[in-house]
Amino acid sequence: MNFRKQATLAGVVLFGAFGDVALSRGMKSVGALSLSQWTQVIHAIFTPWVGAGIILLLAFFVSYLSALSFADLTYVLPATAVGYILMALMAKFFLHENVSPWRWAGIALIAMGVGFVTAGPAKTASARAVQGHPPPPVGSA
Amino acid sequence: MTHWHYTWGSIFAVVVFSTAGDVLTSLAMKQSGDVGHLFHNNGLWATVKVVVGNATLWIGVAFMALAFFALLIALSWADVSLVAPASASLTFIGNAIVAKIFLREQVDRQRWLAAILVAAGVALVAR
Repeated sequence: MNFRKQATLAGVVLFGAFGDVALSRGMKSVGALSLSQWTQVIHAIFTPWVGAGIILLLAFFVSYLSALSFADLTYVLPATAVGYILMALMAKFFLHENVSPWRWAGIALIAMGVGFVTAGPAKTASARAVQGHPPPPVGSA
Repeated sequence: MTHWHYTWGSIFAVVVFSTAGDVLTSLAMKQSGDVGHLFHNNGLWATVKVVVGNATLWIGVAFMALAFFALLIALSWADVSLVAPASASLTFIGNAIVAKIFLREQVDRQRWLAAILVAAGVALVAR
């Protein structure tokens, strides 16, 4: 896997985690909204943290689609689950939330899962295989 | 219909819709081919046209929107501390099954183990 592909996967992780944390930070200061106050949601979009969160999540979606263009779904999803670890760390050190022992256990399981999937190949199926053609013999590509 | 039915019914809907959304966007991007190569060979505009011009991508995005609405309904019936980890971790497993059958990805033992470990980890982190 070359640098461009690694950078794309890192983009999925970073933009996704920072986007969610920014949204969370922003919505905490907007406060809980009920259905009758739905117009407040439009107001919320233009507050700095929520606005930044939306832009970061758009960047996430572009890098996510790019990653899916060169790697399997069953590779991209576990590999980018590092984002959950990053979010838990940011929740602790940036949002000052309490991270319980159960959460640290969860982080360890995710880290193991990421290790397992990234040790294997990134792509095993092509659109050709999906459309019903047999995959080309190994080594022909 | 009990509270239990509404809660798990809406969580199930989130899992089905987001799995459909993920698998269809993955299929669309496999059809487009590596956007890095497209960009290198044909430039930015042609790459955007190929990606955005694929109807499968938009069907996938529509399913993601349905998943979002199902999530809102689920959140109205149960706490986020149940809904978020349950739907996220079941979606990992759903994606592994559907990607194997529908996308013909080779989900070997290593990838199953990764999907199950991550799903369990997400359930713990998000609780």
